[in-house]
Amino acid sequence: MTDTRVLLEVENLHTQFDTSAGMVRAVDGISYTVNEGETVGIVGESGCGKSVGAMSILRLIPDPPGRIASGSVRFDGKDLLTMNDAEIREVRGGQISMVFQEPMTSLNPVLSIGLQLCETMEIHLKLGPEEAKARAIELLDLVGISEPARRLQQYPHHLSGGMRQRVMIALALSCKPKLIIADEPTTALDVTIQAQILELMKDLSNRLRVALIIITHNLGVVARYADRVYVMYAGRIVESGSASDIYHRPVHPYTLGLLRSVPRLDRPRGERLIPIDGHPPDLTREIHGCAYRPRCSFAVERCAHEAPRIEEVAPGHASACFEKARLERLLKEAS
Amino acid sequence: MNTDSMTHATSGADAELELAAPRAPFFKALGKWVRLQPLGAASGLGVIFMIFVAVFAPHLAPHDPVTTNYESMAQAPSFAYWLGTDQFGRDLLSRVIWGARTALFIGFTSAILGSTLGLVLGVTSAYFAGWFDLLFQRVMDVFLAFPLIIMALAVVAIFGTGPGNVIIAITIPFIPRCARVVRSNALTIREMPYIDAARALGYSHTRIILRHMAPNCMAPYLIMLTTFLGQAILLEASLSYLGLGVQEPIAAWGLMLQGGAEEYAESAPWIAIFPGLAITLAVFAFNLFGDSVRDTLDPKLRAR
Repeated sequence: MTDTRVLLEVENLHTQFDTSAGMVRAVDGISYTVNEGETVGIVGESGCGKSVGAMSILRLIPDPPGRIASGSVRFDGKDLLTMNDAEIREVRGGQISMVFQEPMTSLNPVLSIGLQLCETMEIHLKLGPEEAKARAIELLDLVGISEPARRLQQYPHHLSGGMRQRVMIALALSCKPKLIIADEPTTALDVTIQAQILELMKDLSNRLRVALIIITHNLGVVARYADRVYVMYAGRIVESGSASDIYHRPVHPYTLGLLRSVPRLDRPRGERLIPIDGHPPDLTREIHGCAYRPRCSFAVERCAHEAPRIEEVAPGHASACFEKARLERLLKEAS
Repeated sequence: MNTDSMTHATSGADAELELAAPRAPFFKALGKWVRLQPLGAASGLGVIFMIFVAVFAPHLAPHDPVTTNYESMAQAPSFAYWLGTDQFGRDLLSRVIWGARTALFIGFTSAILGSTLGLVLGVTSAYFAGWFDLLFQRVMDVFLAFPLIIMALAVVAIFGTGPGNVIIAITIPFIPRCARVVRSNALTIREMPYIDAARALGYSHTRIILRHMAPNCMAPYLIMLTTFLGQAILLEASLSYLGLGVQEPIAAWGLMLQGGAEEYAESAPWIAIFPGLAITLAVFAFNLFGDSVRDTLDPKLRAR
């Protein structure tokens, strides 16, 4: 948090998919920054563009049908979107690595753990087979896997989901990246393992000074582990701020809706959860005005014609809502 | 069955680490396979026997397969010549034995070449997708429009005869057949998260195709390979029979059939019968073996 050097700067990124039903604006002009060593959470419901936004950073969107239409992604002073294939491959795995949602299928079933770990280091760090093996054992030990030397010869089907996700984290860390993008890293794991994996990631990112982007639909995860949070809805960022701002003082009706729809330990038991009515908008159609308007209880006339721009309400805390002042006042009165 | 043998193989590796007996599970798996696929096991033995004969041909053949002997032309089977002699006085048994060498060498080489090239091309086509895949598949369609033998004939017409060219002629029509089957399998592999993960780790296209996708397509690859073995032997015999394959005086089953079938069918039928029998048994053994390999590797058939 004290370190303010900007590592990643995404500006006005647009990613679109051409489908038979028309063009889908999966990411519609998002901008955000990640500082060195910082943990940033990106929250939103399924299909809001949070994964596509992250995949776009490394240009991993299948093209066709996907396409990064406009915007810029600057990482460590270099523009990732204008790099050639060889340059971007250097960045992938070497400087930015990813941890995926599905630990059960993110490791190649026919290759041994050791081979998958060593291969990456031989490519990016130009290590010899022996050095790579030694570092692989070190890494497996670091992520808390017992008997690391023996694991190298095992195959993914010998390991449980949690163990595989630890291997994925070791793989992500293997080439000393500056940034790890974790795309719903714990969604497929059971609750006790989720906490272990997140603790591990947070701990390692602190110790090794690696910045972390955690993409999730779980607000609890974000509140616990992220320094700053971006809330996404329908391909746009609707609110951004520190984790405690978002959790305790939300100034966007969507964030508020999300918070009220999940059970919380700090609220009385038996309190009713309030779901958000309706469905996310169809992204193949152009959205006039605010995308959240049809589901929003704060909507006013203006929301139908004009899309609200994201504006600061307090230093480091911004919201894209015309009625943010009213919302803030109401919440203050309620508490 | 397949998963059994896989876990056996891998737990074998585990056992080695723990210094326990590592060999037992392999034999256990083999025994189980023999019980489930008795025909496959029998044909497997036949295949092994043929390979043995082909490899040790110089030691097994009682006579030289190419030296002509005009004192013993077209003799019926006897103690001196177990299967008789042909119209040039050459020992038929020796020629059948040496013919196994020709048939298996050409068969194995072209089946392995054809299915391996098909594997690489099929996976590449699936990996790149889009217009490349579309174009490549249309080219394959053109090749597939020709029956095996016609395609092989066309290739021989271009390159000429001789063992090397026969291998090319048999390999080329195999490539699209294997590529198509492998591609459909690779299309599902391409969508697996571990391929995304491989891209996210900065691997090159070549590395992803050869090291990460191709090993996952081993089941269709092996099935096609074993199917091709029988077909390649039959194709080589056909080409040689038509005079477009292996040339005299090399011992080849198709060639022996050509020399003996027409002229000596009545006066010395053994000249055509034995090489014919050799072709039949070889193709039968390889096809049965291929079928049982497919049954073993295909999870949908295994369930029954």
